[in-house]
Amino acid sequence: MRIGVFVCRCGTNIANTVDTEAVANKALEYPDVTHATDYMYTCSEPGQQEIQQAIKEHALQGIVVAACSPRMHEATFRRAVEKAGLNRYMFEQANIREHCSWISSDIEANTRKAMDLVRMSVEKLRFNQPLFSSYVPINKRVLVIGGGVAGIQAALDCAEGGLDVVMVERESTIGGKMAKLDKTFPTIDCSSCILGPKMVDVAQNDNIHLYAYSEIDSVSGYIGNFKVGIRKKATYVDWDACTGCGLCTEKCPAKKCYDRFNEGLGTTTAINIPFPQAIPKKACIDADYCRYFTKGKCKVCQKLCPTSAIRFEMEDEIVTEEVGAIVVATGYDLFDDSVYGEYGGGHYPDVISAMQYERLLSAAGPTGGHIRRPSDGKAPKDIVWLSCIGSRDASVGRPYCSGICCMYIAKQATMTRDHLPDCNCYVSYMDIRAPGKNYDEFVRRAQEEYGVQYFRGRVGKIYPKGDRLIVQGADTLLGIQIEIEADLVVLATGIEPSDGARGLAEKLRISYDDYGFYMESHPKLRPVETNTAGVYLSGVCQGPKDIPASVGQGSAAAAKVQALFSRDTIETDPQVANVKEIACIGCGKCIDVCPFGAIQWKTLRDGSQKAQVLETVCQGCGLCNATCPPKAIQLQHCTDDQILAEVNALCG
Amino acid sequence: MKRLHLLSLQQTCDKDFIHRVEKESGQQVSKCYQCGNCSASCNYTYVYDYPVNQIMRLIQLGQKDVVLQARSVWLCANCQACSTRCPCNIDVARVMESLRIISVEEGMVSKKKIKLFYDEFLSSVKKHGRVFETGLIAAYNIKALKPFTDADLGARVLKKGKLELHPHNIKGRKDVAEIFNRFEAYSKNRDID
Repeated sequence: MRIGVFVCRCGTNIANTVDTEAVANKALEYPDVTHATDYMYTCSEPGQQEIQQAIKEHALQGIVVAACSPRMHEATFRRAVEKAGLNRYMFEQANIREHCSWISSDIEANTRKAMDLVRMSVEKLRFNQPLFSSYVPINKRVLVIGGGVAGIQAALDCAEGGLDVVMVERESTIGGKMAKLDKTFPTIDCSSCILGPKMVDVAQNDNIHLYAYSEIDSVSGYIGNFKVGIRKKATYVDWDACTGCGLCTEKCPAKKCYDRFNEGLGTTTAINIPFPQAIPKKACIDADYCRYFTKGKCKVCQKLCPTSAIRFEMEDEIVTEEVGAIVVATGYDLFDDSVYGEYGGGHYPDVISAMQYERLLSAAGPTGGHIRRPSDGKAPKDIVWLSCIGSRDASVGRPYCSGICCMYIAKQATMTRDHLPDCNCYVSYMDIRAPGKNYDEFVRRAQEEYGVQYFRGRVGKIYPKGDRLIVQGADTLLGIQIEIEADLVVLATGIEPSDGARGLAEKLRISYDDYGFYMESHPKLRPVETNTAGVYLSGVCQGPKDIPASVGQGSAAAAKVQALFSRDTIETDPQVANVKEIACIGCGKCIDVCPFGAIQWKTLRDGSQKAQVLETVCQGCGLCNATCPPKAIQLQHCTDDQILAEVNALCG
Repeated sequence: MKRLHLLSLQQTCDKDFIHRVEKESGQQVSKCYQCGNCSASCNYTYVYDYPVNQIMRLIQLGQKDVVLQARSVWLCANCQACSTRCPCNIDVARVMESLRIISVEEGMVSKKKIKLFYDEFLSSVKKHGRVFETGLIAAYNIKALKPFTDADLGARVLKKGKLELHPHNIKGRKDVAEIFNRFEAYSKNRDID
């Protein structure tokens, strides 16, 4: 092999602490190196031309550039050598900037290290093979998991672009958390008035197929070709026949069922439609409360249903859908405030969560939009909000800021002063975090125009006195303890990932952080991609965010899907594992360790089982390579031979 | 002044007081977001019992008694550094001035001698149309029951001609006195709420 070495000075970034000329001269002594030089900016247009010129002049077959990190310019140089007729994998980059010149000011030591790094790259390059991508067709359908506002936005944007969308929602209606909200900050516009039309669009769009009351059962395949098993949970109602007339919900005798949509404020019936604007507006039986299922007889709904839609014999059903991309928008749940025993959430009836308060404010809620405290139905005269309940508190395992509570507290307090002008509103806060457009102005307005009394400091405990509650807190600005007598206390519970988020992540083979939020590919530059190709994130499942940010991310995920689907095939990355079948002993260890499900069994004509790598799924992590006992599986472009050549160059 | 330790927000919150301070000063106290720039800029915090940001906070909480009895109210020199630097454009010095006025009206002056100086200063202006320093000092020292304070300095500045033994009345001193009379009549009749 004829190898050319180019040592970059990177202006003064490298040349100041590395003798680049000496490194280039030394490289000429290495095996197969026939050309070596240093250059001011190798990544510049003339720098690249010099490489291309040298390839032609010296008939070079492999190139080493000693410069910055490959993360910076590997793609640039690969393109450059490809233009000069070489295979792009006949290129190696030695990092003599981040790993060398920037670390120490000792020129002699740096130069020695740079020489070693170049030598290692040369030795590796001698084992490089030209690699070629393959192309696989894309199934241009997209699966959206979750029917909250983020999922709805992603689905609508994809459908708008003419894509077939499959939407899966766990509850019996789409709408998610936003459907429960009364108003939205900072504009106080009605949540269901702005979300409702989008929900209707989902129902009416011919390109969107909605599976409500369904969950993801299994996921297999890879980008462009996923196969997804969807569990349609038994609703005990034939939704093709159900018209959503609601007669069954009026007559159902099991009336004391936990009302999930109203956060447990009030009760509902065993057969139920969560709210009037539900999409799809279909009844669903809760088998835990239904008299027929719990006691063996009733069937009132079956007798009454004008379209005979009740099916007590219904069972879960699994359907399979094939899609080319997946948008995950599973949203969030709220922190369980009963963890803070000192506040009495779940113990005192008048200590409620902010989402419960939202239902009290809602005209469609259990009190018809009148603020009435749960214990005795009286209109409260003094309400205290406590912020950071399950946020910014390492002692309960929630050190992160939920990002929305400061704003929804200001909204709820403002709404309260509108509904009940004589009601005093107090807010305990640690810091007010209101960085969005018109957000801080909104919080200031609550204080300056609506007279909401904020005090900086946490609340230590809440205890009853008569039919009121004593809230004992601190005003750290005055350095004193304060006491407020309240009729109602609202706990601003923080965000945590949706129940079941981890299980779904494992099915999708995407990673999640310590709390269960899904990991994006890069926190700044790839915020909607995951490390699993073809799986995108949208909304709070990736981390706390408000409605505008969730909608923005929904659209962003849709744009990523559209970009992927704008091609008919996808080019695979050849830097993946490859099985040498003659050496494979069929032990299956690689299949067990692969975090991406990229290895499967293949039966040869003689009936023997061998491992087979799905090139499109493999992410090139190398775990199988390290695990394989006979070393039959090799990560291309990072084979054992190549790594050992580098080690030998350094230690030999 | 004994410092506060526990505050029952509702029982002690005097909303009329907040309203009165706002009306008197023309400033909206709820605009204060407690950044602390007033206290950071104040030259007298070292003698205050409550730094000025805490005075603002106490007004927000309607703590009339604490605020009006605070010595800070009367030790304020009205230098206006707080007003100059307030990011919310609150004229904090004017709020402090309003507190002095209210504390006089309420008979809750915490530093009686400072109020005495104010009174003597104004009566000197009323009488002469401008301040007659020697007379002011003499009257103040006697009424404050400390006749010999700064007596040593007095002799030295007199010798240098910095102080006069006779007042220099201005031409329009009767007109100035009339302003005082008009204000006193207005104060008696005005509705304090």
